[in-house]
Amino acid sequence: MAKFKMHLLVCGGTGCHASLSQTIGDNLKEILVEKGLDHEVQVIMTGCFGFCEKGPIVKVMPDNTFYTEVKPADAREIIEEHIIKGRKVNRLLYQDPENKEHVSDSKHMGFYKKQIRIALRNCGFIDPENIDEYIARDGYEALGKVLTEMDAQQTIDIIKKSGLRGRGGGGFPTGLKWEITSKSQADQKYVVCNADEGDPGAFMDRSILEGDPHSVIEAMAICGYSIGGTKGLVYIRAEYPLAITRLKIAIAQAREYGLLGTDILGSGFDFDIELRYGAGAFVCGEETALIHSMEGMRGEPTFKPPFPSVSGYLGKPTNVNNVETFASIPVIINKGADWFSSIGSEKSKGTKVFALAGKINNVGLIEVPMGITLREIIYEIGGGIKDGKKFKAVQTGGPSGGCLTEHHLDTPIDYDNLIAAGSMMGSGGMIVMDEDDCMVSVAKFYLDFTVEESCGKCTPCRIGNKRLYEILETITQGKGTMEDLQKLKNLSYVIKDASLCGLGQTSPNPVLSTLDNFWDEYVEHVTVKKCRSSQCKALMQYIIEAEQCVGCTACARNCPVNAISGERKLAHYINQDICIKCGACMEKCKFNAISIK
Amino acid sequence: MTKVKSLADLRKMKEGLESKLNLREKSNNPESLVQIRVAMATCGIASGAKTVMEYMIDELEKRNIEAVVTQTGCMGYCYAEPTIEVTLPNQDAVVFGYVNEKKANEIIEKYIKNNELVDGIIPVNYETIKK
Ligand SMILES: Cc1cc2nc3c(=O)[nH]c(=O)nc-3n(C[C@H](O)[C@H](O)[C@H](O)COP(=O)(O)O)c2cc1C
Ligand code: SF4
Ligand code: SF4
Repeated sequence: MAKFKMHLLVCGGTGCHASLSQTIGDNLKEILVEKGLDHEVQVIMTGCFGFCEKGPIVKVMPDNTFYTEVKPADAREIIEEHIIKGRKVNRLLYQDPENKEHVSDSKHMGFYKKQIRIALRNCGFIDPENIDEYIARDGYEALGKVLTEMDAQQTIDIIKKSGLRGRGGGGFPTGLKWEITSKSQADQKYVVCNADEGDPGAFMDRSILEGDPHSVIEAMAICGYSIGGTKGLVYIRAEYPLAITRLKIAIAQAREYGLLGTDILGSGFDFDIELRYGAGAFVCGEETALIHSMEGMRGEPTFKPPFPSVSGYLGKPTNVNNVETFASIPVIINKGADWFSSIGSEKSKGTKVFALAGKINNVGLIEVPMGITLREIIYEIGGGIKDGKKFKAVQTGGPSGGCLTEHHLDTPIDYDNLIAAGSMMGSGGMIVMDEDDCMVSVAKFYLDFTVEESCGKCTPCRIGNKRLYEILETITQGKGTMEDLQKLKNLSYVIKDASLCGLGQTSPNPVLSTLDNFWDEYVEHVTVKKCRSSQCKALMQYIIEAEQCVGCTACARNCPVNAISGERKLAHYINQDICIKCGACMEKCKFNAISIK
Repeated sequence: MTKVKSLADLRKMKEGLESKLNLREKSNNPESLVQIRVAMATCGIASGAKTVMEYMIDELEKRNIEAVVTQTGCMGYCYAEPTIEVTLPNQDAVVFGYVNEKKANEIIEKYIKNNELVDGIIPVNYETIKK
């Protein structure tokens, strides 16, 4: 039986595949056979290395040599030099962009450090249903330290100094929030974890609760100690059954070990946590609405101030933080504020988890330092745009955010830069769009969501968003005018100015941001009645090119509404009044005679 | 179960547990102990991670391979679920994507038994902070 001593990993991701990585792999295999080494060295095609800019990639194991921009003709040199003689092929090694030195070991390449897992540190490593594994990874050490060695103010000071800002969207400094809550006087105070996660496309909070529930429990207890509260509540949507199950198991285990309950670790401090279920309304993620929903009232926002930190759940001071915010707390206590603030950009410290989705090769959950650029996320971590299409935009901040375009590819991503670019951090959804996405339709999609989710309390939000949606609908149907574009703008500003809560105040952002960045596309829709991405059905026509049509009748036989007429062996014709634009004919035509105009 | 009564208690307990977790990594009998982690978050389970985990446990037992199979949270490679991570004794962990029963069988037969890699490895592209 063959026992391989060395492995050659060839990237088989979409990007590298397009630049002939398959041929590289085949060449390597062939040469190995020729040299009689095929029983000692194995060639393997792998998934994407996420470094498509420098592809194709070949990695040699076990010495971790990382070759970039390899061509099929380089296969011989890699084998003859590296495998046989043990000399690395310098010219193919990755060159450090800063000092121009060749880096041979992938562990020392900057790009491998693009992702740092802090909030996700235990996700994918420990068994979330076993508290012992969490403890083995320094779990509850931070809580122990705080309870035995520090007082409340010292704890708050560390969080303040770390520069941690809320990961739920607003980016409010966490330490400051704790301080305000701690200074509010009351006989009872509450710690609330916001696990509502209503932003469509976001799932980082769910992943943390499913993969590392104890980190949130530990952090909530630390928060309780700091603000002077003994009760914790997790507000979680009922649509997250697995997260709920794992949280319940974790809470029960923590109670058994006495890490929740009375006199925790002999310190005299009591703390316990209960769950509250949400029915999955987006507006219930807003903290005042969330609190009302927990009180058994309608999930409607109310005016701030008073802020929850002063008067929240049952009228008591309540500290509301997001799941990811909490998950970062224990590490900050253990490793120190300076360590945390050394990561990230000037005004946004630490890392952020993003749910990368849309037209990107490596859809998934990533955790990157604040200040990383979109280019790095899309092309180095995300593996580039699907099917080699052209990048168009990225939507961040979900229905409250906006889109970033090519111009923003090199802007460092942090709270303030995103707002300056007309978007926002939001909870961390990142939806990548390519040339096939129509920006008017994208804006319409988000408006459809907000119209559905507005609680209806304020007129501008309830009625204004509906009108915005209708205008967008008119435009996508080809009935819009230049005047409508002006109306969109005016109405958007009114809604932003006159709505009570964050939902209404940010709901026009997708419209404003697409108007700003893709004005030409809107104008095309209303003047020449054209949708360049061929997404707006009303604006496109399926046409049969008479010259290419051989009259095979395949299209006519497949049209569900009999819109196609024509004699056998003669050119066919589509009646536009009947056509429902389903595209079936184009799919069936073997002669490429049908196109979209 | 006993309660942890103080920070000192917790630390002592941690030491014991740490060596247990380490045992899985640098085992006493490095010849035989294989560690497998199955990513079982909503995304993984939805694409069949549970079946794969059960299959792995059953098959490893049938084929007399000493291994620890545990569940864990999301590794982040949602595009390639189900994903599993296999750590052979004294080797770096390797992540496999799109694992179904057939692939799981291949992983056992080729990688676990013979240290022979199989196509479809997912390169780990992040750094997790040390504790
Ligand atoms: C419409 C709306 C929806 C929100 N949804 C969420 C949510 O799903 N999760 C969350 O943590 N925060 C959400 N927020 C922000 C919360 O109001 C609050 O600021 C946050 O939970 C505070 O925690 P942090 O400081 O840790 O970010 C939402 C805000 C608004 C206006
Ligand atoms: S802005 Fe919209 S969601 Fe917010 S309170 Fe007013 S109506 Fe309700
Ligand atoms: S697009 Fe659909 S409805 Fe229109 S002609 Fe082709 S098959 Fe018929």
